[in-house]
Amino acid sequence: MVKRDSAVDLVGILSVEDKDLASSWIREVSGTLGSRVGKAELDRELRELYEALVEALRQGATDVHAEQMSEVRALLTELSRNRARQGFSPSETAISVFALKRVLEPLLEDGSAEVVRAYLQLGRILDGLGLFTIETYTQTRDELISAQAEQLLELSTPVVRLWDGVIAVPLVGTLDSARTQVVMEKLLQALVDTGSEQAIIDITGVPAVDTQVAQHLLKTIVAARLMGAECTVSGISPQIAQTIVALGIEFDGIVTKASLADALKLALRRSGVDLVAHQGGQR
Amino acid sequence: MTAPWTAGEEPRVYPIARSGDLVHIRQAIRTLSQECRLSLVDQTKMITAASELARNTLIYGGGGTVRAGTVSRGGKRGVAAIFEDSGPGIPDVEQAMTDGWTSGGGLGLGLSGARRLVDDFDLNTVPGEGTVVTIIKWVR
Ligand SMILES: Nc1ncnc2c1ncn2[C@@H]1O[C@H](COP(=O)(O)OP(=O)(O)OP(=O)(O)O)[C@@H](O)[C@H]1O
Ligand SMILES: [Mg+2]
Repeated sequence: MVKRDSAVDLVGILSVEDKDLASSWIREVSGTLGSRVGKAELDRELRELYEALVEALRQGATDVHAEQMSEVRALLTELSRNRARQGFSPSETAISVFALKRVLEPLLEDGSAEVVRAYLQLGRILDGLGLFTIETYTQTRDELISAQAEQLLELSTPVVRLWDGVIAVPLVGTLDSARTQVVMEKLLQALVDTGSEQAIIDITGVPAVDTQVAQHLLKTIVAARLMGAECTVSGISPQIAQTIVALGIEFDGIVTKASLADALKLALRRSGVDLVAHQGGQR
Repeated sequence: MTAPWTAGEEPRVYPIARSGDLVHIRQAIRTLSQECRLSLVDQTKMITAASELARNTLIYGGGGTVRAGTVSRGGKRGVAAIFEDSGPGIPDVEQAMTDGWTSGGGLGLGLSGARRLVDDFDLNTVPGEGTVVTIIKWVR
């Protein structure tokens, strides 16, 4: 058993008679979070944490990584994950832990050396717990960000059917390797699924074409050809055209059109569709 | 070679450690180019050159940094970027600068193309020590 009899041990300063430290802690934290976390939820979170912490200390835990702290760590992990998902900042998250130090400060006023020592020791433990929250928070954020990046990969590359036998991919934004790979696969798959023989890759929304983007485009076009389809690249802006020329990339044998409309006209003509303009009023 | 950085405007250093960093670098160069009022064509050329060199730094240099900022000389302004790595270096510079030569699976146009896209181009490489490439695009 741990020094239960010592007048001011760590557990001692957290369980001062007739002082509801947990409540003061909750008040302090809720002041920093405003109304973005429900009162009842915060109350439950922090009380559980408080009890777990007291229990861990009672069992002799001396730092965050102690075996006895596993319950505390589990609760802190949950708290940090929730805060990260709710869009709180790392400091707003860690304050939940650090606020407890502030709540304990008044105890220092009576000033016995033992209390000060216990406070400092507990302070170190709380610092460790605070850092642990920040780490968990960051990890959760990183997970969220990579999940979003993956979703974006999927979202930003729609393959649309413009006409019977004519599909198009409007590319928007920066094309990195991963995205171009996805585009290429989707385009080739769509050629198969729709039985199309004409594909248009529209790069109006692409800010820069470097050798890597060009290489991916060229490969896609070659692959499409092998599948019996013809590709047209549309939406090459004047500045991109000049950059491609200066880079020395050869788009020989690849049909390019200034606009998506022109590319569609060409694709229709190639698939044997005649566009006839009617005179106004006649139907 | 170092660049004639504009006095009072510290260049910023960006890491080149993963492919996601290339997006940040292109954006940083775009912002600088717009601040300097490079023409749209010159902005695109500078961004594309930076994209090429940053990717070489990542792929062949094993990662490194780019220092980017505005430069001034004789009353003219421009954008400069210095790519630096401590990778294997380039044993045969003339070969590496040849259109179409690649040691990997690229088009072999990054280095030679980047030189054509910018106004000032300086390549400094020591086999076994690393590579530094400096590029500048001046406002016309
Ligand atoms: N920072 C570097 N460190 C070492 N070797 C390099 C570096 N940059 C370029 N090289 C070498 O120079 C060669 C030519 O580079 P360049 O950028 O012109 O072509 P690439 O990267 O192979 O293809 P891409 O056309 O896609 O850029 C590379 O294949 C590589 O061997
Ligand atoms: Mg290259």
